[in-house]
Amino acid sequence: MTVLCLVEIADGGLRDASKRALGVARGLAGSAGEEAAAVWVGPAEAISRSELGAAGVSVGYAISLGDGVGYAPVAWARGLAGLAGAPGSAGSADVAGSHESAGLVDSAGSRESAGLVDSAGPVSAVVAAATDRGNEVLAHLAAITGLPMAANCVSAVRSRSDQTDLVRQRWAGSLLEEATLDSPLALLTVAADAVAQPEASPAGAAGVAEMAGVTGVIGTAGVAGVTGLAETTHPVVHVYQPDLAEADLLVQATESADRRSGVSLATARVVVGGGRGVGGPDGFSVLEELADLLGGALGVSRVVTSQGWRPHRQQVGQTGTKISPELYLACGISGAIQHMAGCQGAKTIVAINTDPDAPIIAKANYAVIGDLHEVLPALIAALKSADEDG
Amino acid sequence: MEICVCVKRVPMVGGTIVVTPDEQDVDTSMAGFTVSPHEECGVEEAVQLVERLGGSVTVLTLGPPQAADQLRDMLALGANRAILLQTGGAEWGPVATADAIAGCLAERGFDLLLFGNEAADTGGYQVPVRVAHALGVPCVTGIKRLDVMSGSGDGRGSIAAGREYAGVEETFEVPLPAVVSVKEGINLPRYPSLPGRLRAKRAAFETIELAAPAPGGLAKRRLTVPAASASRAEVLGSGAAAVPALVRLLDELGVLR
Ligand SMILES: Cc1cc2nc3c(=O)[nH]c(=O)nc-3n(C[C@H](O)[C@H](O)[C@H](O)COP(=O)(O)OP(=O)(O)OC[C@H]3O[C@@H](n4cnc5c(N)ncnc54)[C@H](O)[C@@H]3O)c2cc1C
Ligand SMILES: Nc1ncnc2c1ncn2[C@@H]1O[C@H](COP(=O)(O)O)[C@@H](O)[C@H]1O
Repeated sequence: MTVLCLVEIADGGLRDASKRALGVARGLAGSAGEEAAAVWVGPAEAISRSELGAAGVSVGYAISLGDGVGYAPVAWARGLAGLAGAPGSAGSADVAGSHESAGLVDSAGSRESAGLVDSAGPVSAVVAAATDRGNEVLAHLAAITGLPMAANCVSAVRSRSDQTDLVRQRWAGSLLEEATLDSPLALLTVAADAVAQPEASPAGAAGVAEMAGVTGVIGTAGVAGVTGLAETTHPVVHVYQPDLAEADLLVQATESADRRSGVSLATARVVVGGGRGVGGPDGFSVLEELADLLGGALGVSRVVTSQGWRPHRQQVGQTGTKISPELYLACGISGAIQHMAGCQGAKTIVAINTDPDAPIIAKANYAVIGDLHEVLPALIAALKSADEDG
Repeated sequence: MEICVCVKRVPMVGGTIVVTPDEQDVDTSMAGFTVSPHEECGVEEAVQLVERLGGSVTVLTLGPPQAADQLRDMLALGANRAILLQTGGAEWGPVATADAIAGCLAERGFDLLLFGNEAADTGGYQVPVRVAHALGVPCVTGIKRLDVMSGSGDGRGSIAAGREYAGVEETFEVPLPAVVSVKEGINLPRYPSLPGRLRAKRAAFETIELAAPAPGGLAKRRLTVPAASASRAEVLGSGAAAVPALVRLLDELGVLR
């Protein structure tokens, strides 16, 4: 049996969240003595075999939707359903049964000569990173197959056949749910920022050779840019072309470049945060000045955006942006769980608050008790004079 | 244009989250209740569309009898009608929830079905997609920009729905009827007005009682609060007198330029 992991491509390689999801997929596969395989939508060479090998994967499947097709969530889900040999339509009376028999499809069929496969063989789970796309595609897959789905998992193991024990996030990670998923095909997304980046582990060459021998499928031998690493590990990449109906491509994205410039909140090294304690829309110029001095970005609480003091794209939290800076300086913010859910990735949190009993004092690493309107101008003055001195 | 917005009653937890002794629920003895900001924005979007294009806004929730409070809150924001799919109070999973919502909406002829991108509490990320498949209509999720184009002939029009993904703007154009799940930020919801609150009291309210769903699928075993990583903050000082200590800390953290 195989655990399929849908991976996304960024900057010509695996997206970081997908590497983490692959780690969880491999753990799930390992708990049942199975293998994990990577699946992506796009050309076979979109992910190099050396990168697959480094991610500990010996088999990849490239779902081909044809040229010029934009991101199409239903088509992606149909591709996964077909590859997993799952029933293609909701309301199938015997999901487990048809899944079982479809799993026996001989992948070394007539399409082999074209480098194509008909399925990935028996599949026990489909995993994806809990990105907007990962959650959306797996939800479509769940709806198409009529199976349950668990979003934002932080761990998953097979407890027995057709049963997966998992831990998943509620309240954007402020609460954890231990749950049992009863399904012949476990559908999970992984809360990537809450799981560790897996160690790079080259897959064993022997195991891969055997795999290739068993399936007899032609890999993409002509992949360009095969590096030294790929000589010791031989991940095989199969191409899968799903049968699509016109309706599967009805929802399709057209893309245009984002024009936003400046330091992005999500990736800033320093975030200066402001909450209700800032007092009004005019109070933020001081926080912006400090953010500029530190080469960082301004972040705000929901009170600030719902008052219209700052735009929502600056909101940190459960329904805003998740940040992971070296330093989060939270000023006049009480520390509600929905706000803190957005800054769990911060290395160090410093709170400036007039109230020594504010919840954020119990959650931050350091605190200054005081009025931000006093502390911040003094801090800015100190940083500027230090700049002039040295 | 006839629009239905689905909202979910959730506890308004604040500084800390506490689990009940049986580890099955969040302790709500001290909490008020609300809906997700995503869903509130869904209602605001619907109200603005109807203000521009005519029609009406229906809000729907599946939940205990008390969830009528959240429906009234949404009526106060400008919705016209409310449907309560009333449960016995036990937690309904996303599969059963979507089945019940789709069953209720199937014959009602809405042009647009709005949802939040994910429920604030359970965060299932799937009810809108399941409802769309059950009704056989297209679905777009995580939307932060919505334009409605009126239909020609028999057509009910179409929408252009946008979101940002990994630094790129994505736009989806789909015909109506359609399911759209939205995220906070698509608009700035208004505060309920006094006339709105009075209207909410008189609005048409439909209650449909539901039988408990069959168990299975994804079954909750227990809830836990993740261990806090940081202990109480080290206090650097009070007021402006703390600034030298703060500057030293920033230096140690390597964030000074
Ligand atoms: C489903 C849901 C999702 C949510 N999503 C988010 C989200 O994404 N992001 C988010 O932020 N919130 C979110 N919230 C709202 C959240 O629960 C809080 O209401 C919000 O974070 C509080 O914002 P605040 O800390 O600015 O305001 P308050 O809670 O009012 O806190 C203000 C703080 O400022 C301090 N203060 C006042 N004056 C000063 C001063 N002069 N100097 C220094 N300190 C001062 C006070 O002591 C207090 O601690 C969500 C809520 C729900 C129910
Ligand atoms: N009990 C419910 N009643 C009404 N709408 C719901 C309910 N549960 C979920 N929804 C809707 O579906 C969206 C996504 O929920 P979920 O898939 O559970 O994360 C929510 O934002 C709501 O719009």
